Amino acid sequence: MRIVPFLLSVTVTTVLIIVLSIPLANIPPLGKFLSPQHGFWVNADPVNKDFNEDLNFAQLKNKVEVYLDDRLVPHVFAQNDQDAYFVQGYLHAKFRLWQMEFQTQAAAGRLSEILGNGSNDAILNNDRLMRRLGMVSSAEKAVSEIEKNPVTKAMADAYTAGVNAYIGQLAISNLPIEYKLLNYQPEKWNNLKTGLLLKYMSYDLTGNENDFEYTNAKAVFSKADFGKLYPIRQDSLDPVIPRGTYFDFPAVMPLTPSTADSLYFQWRESADIVDQKPDKDNGSNNWAVDGKKTKSGRPILCDDMHLGLSLPSIWYEMHISTPRFNVYGVTLPGAPMIIVGFNDHCSWGLTNAARDVKDYYEIQFKDDTKQEYLYNGKWERSELRIEQIKLKGGDVMRDTVAYTVFGPVIYDKSFSGSNRVKNGKYYAVRWTAHNPSNDFLFFYQLNAAKTYEEYENSLVHFSNPGQNVVFASKTGDIAIWQQGNFPAKWERQGDFVMPGTDTSYLWQGMIPQKENPHIRNPERGFVSSANQIPVDSTYPYYIGGSYDVYRGLIINRNLRQMNGITPEDMQRLQTDNYNVFAELALPVLLKNVDESQLNAEEKKYLSIVRQWNLRNDPGEKGPVIFINWFDSLESQVWGDELAGIKGVFENPDDATLIEGLMKDSVFKFVDNINTPVTETLKDVVTAAFKKAVPIFVRVDRDDALSWGRYKDTRVRHLLRLPALSRSHVNNGGGIHIINATKQFHGPSWRMIVHLTDEAEAYGVYPGGQSGNPGSKYYDNFIDTWSQGKYNTLWFMKKDQAGDKRIISRLSFSR
Amino acid sequence: MKFVISLLLTALLSFAGGLYLPWWCIGICAFIVSVLILQPPIRAFLAGFCGVFLLWLIFSWSIDSANDHILSHKIAQIFPLGGISFLLILITSLVGGLVGGFAALSGSYLRSGTKRK
Repeated sequence: MRIVPFLLSVTVTTVLIIVLSIPLANIPPLGKFLSPQHGFWVNADPVNKDFNEDLNFAQLKNKVEVYLDDRLVPHVFAQNDQDAYFVQGYLHAKFRLWQMEFQTQAAAGRLSEILGNGSNDAILNNDRLMRRLGMVSSAEKAVSEIEKNPVTKAMADAYTAGVNAYIGQLAISNLPIEYKLLNYQPEKWNNLKTGLLLKYMSYDLTGNENDFEYTNAKAVFSKADFGKLYPIRQDSLDPVIPRGTYFDFPAVMPLTPSTADSLYFQWRESADIVDQKPDKDNGSNNWAVDGKKTKSGRPILCDDMHLGLSLPSIWYEMHISTPRFNVYGVTLPGAPMIIVGFNDHCSWGLTNAARDVKDYYEIQFKDDTKQEYLYNGKWERSELRIEQIKLKGGDVMRDTVAYTVFGPVIYDKSFSGSNRVKNGKYYAVRWTAHNPSNDFLFFYQLNAAKTYEEYENSLVHFSNPGQNVVFASKTGDIAIWQQGNFPAKWERQGDFVMPGTDTSYLWQGMIPQKENPHIRNPERGFVSSANQIPVDSTYPYYIGGSYDVYRGLIINRNLRQMNGITPEDMQRLQTDNYNVFAELALPVLLKNVDESQLNAEEKKYLSIVRQWNLRNDPGEKGPVIFINWFDSLESQVWGDELAGIKGVFENPDDATLIEGLMKDSVFKFVDNINTPVTETLKDVVTAAFKKAVPIFVRVDRDDALSWGRYKDTRVRHLLRLPALSRSHVNNGGGIHIINATKQFHGPSWRMIVHLTDEAEAYGVYPGGQSGNPGSKYYDNFIDTWSQGKYNTLWFMKKDQAGDKRIISRLSFSR
Repeated sequence: MKFVISLLLTALLSFAGGLYLPWWCIGICAFIVSVLILQPPIRAFLAGFCGVFLLWLIFSWSIDSANDHILSHKIAQIFPLGGISFLLILITSLVGGLVGGFAALSGSYLRSGTKRK
């Protein structure tokens, strides 16, 4: 035997196989990944893929037929609810498994396990933040509420079983491509994962508190200045519930603690924390017009939720029909039911209430063990929860989270979060999502609602995240409720970090559900919301938070003027790029710029913005100049004052500056406090323009002065891999605009429902029905979306199985 | 003739094995074939290499064309191969071919040893 060459070549072969079987740094195991029978090639779906299947599952009670149409939207016909939710779970897993699991892992603070600690422990810190916010314990509470009710338990169990039915028969070679890239495998689904997903939505949509930012600002500003910089209400506001609406005498009357002046408002110490918060612009537009304002005499409802733009998309379109309901809309992969949509009788949509439902308390612990804290003059025992965070590679990090009556301690000495907390104090967080609730019942009832009364009854079950729930029915009703579980606060309670040593600063009660702002069939013929403050100052409860002003303003202006409305009119309104903020702000800038101080190049850019039509259309150059000029003005005006703040702060809103300048020609913040001279408005407006010009020159050189190219919208894969994302989407829109498309953020589901006898509906989201980057259905809606066009939503009937729009049939039976 | 038969048999066995076994079964298949069909080391290597190379080439190429290059274009950016699908197909085939070739080489050495005894 030629032993040496034999051993040599066996060794080479073995080493080759081993090297190709293990992940190296960020490279997946190459042999496995490249194999046409095991690796990514398996995920390359033929463009004419046949989805037809006959499937058998013992869990089903009856036969379920699923028809996939040419946009890959499933039309599910089941004979009972549980079978429908089982199939919904199966389809979510079939088309979106990786995403739904990844999002729940993120919510559970388990991303380090998959992705590693990240640079500067960014991923690990995010995991710790999720744990310390109480995401997992809150999800556990939610699941226990869901499972206490036999109806919602059966639904959640059926959904979970459906997901697991898919996972159970999934061969490793057919795993979604992200599992192959990251070299891991899916876990079995359970109800807790669904609970985690709901909490994740709550987290994403309730980041409207500025407790630390305001606390830091309060330490350097007088009460009067603070009120000017961070006003509770803007003058121009047009609230969700029209001004002048009568509110009943409140059932709960929270009292300001007697120590508030000495302990709360008079703090002089900076809390010194850089907070990590979800995008402030997670918001939305929705409205409904009644029959008096439409051409057909029937209501039209529009909804448009603004979220981070991601692939696979957050939404998955579905049509589900059972004897109890027949409903079409978008679903959240990971949870049963339709979240926003329409049924045979009505339609509904959501926008974020954006209320402040998260408050922070400073806790005094006896010692570093966090076992006892000062409460009403005594030492109270805290409950310690040890979070075990698995790290990639097998290590486990243990993080002790102390639970107090004020909530879990989120920041302390051991959690500096990349030096975000420097003062070493203990801060507990109290969040409405910590409260037990069964939000499933809300969707369960709303999916099947026939009348206004049924809509109203469903609302009482919805707690978090607070939403403006717009409603319209075929019988002619339109309505909007701001629904959620909102604490009843005394004036400015929870705007700053509160003392956490006794009962006096706790939330004293919740606003009774019946007193939540609402309106039905108003005189003006429409209802609307766009994350603006819900009510005027006559509402008997304190409303904290920071709110958008301008989208609400322009929507209401349009709706007031419009009559004989058609769905096409609504499409134009929903995708409108008119910049009402610029309409108010630009004249102030143009009036005050001193042209004699500008050189020829600067004048060139000034004339562009002077001739601008105030529309943020993709080809316009005006928006780039206006936005940079205004930003530059903001730093000119606020920069000197805010520089005195220690730690994180929040810039005053755009509205605060422009309203300040409009009503007060000698607005005191205009003067730069660091110079001996007193600057005038003319000085700062001109200086702001000159400072912004180098930006125009630079982007102009790159041929990117047109708004679409400058804004550079991207729909990013959840792993932020550019190859799996869609970059450079050339469209219009922006902040303060109805078409609220920013770089990474924007309309996530535009829907228009005309409540005619045969529902006429349109919708589009920036993604595609398949979560598989190897499928042509992965991102096929993006172009439609970016052009402001819509897909027709086909409310298929069971006897239309032969329709040419059907491309495949999945048949589920026992 | 032996060469062509080894090559085809390697491809066929590797395909069948791939339906049920992990990706590295191509190595085992190429090894078995070269033990069964005796060839000098270089020719055995080439037969094993070409068998798997061609199998993976044709396989990935046909998947890729049915997919309109949607996925290969994306993966060829991650790797990074400038988004060129054909390079990805080539690298895929090379990886498979190398494993097949060395496994077949080992088989040939094993067999040539027994024969000499």
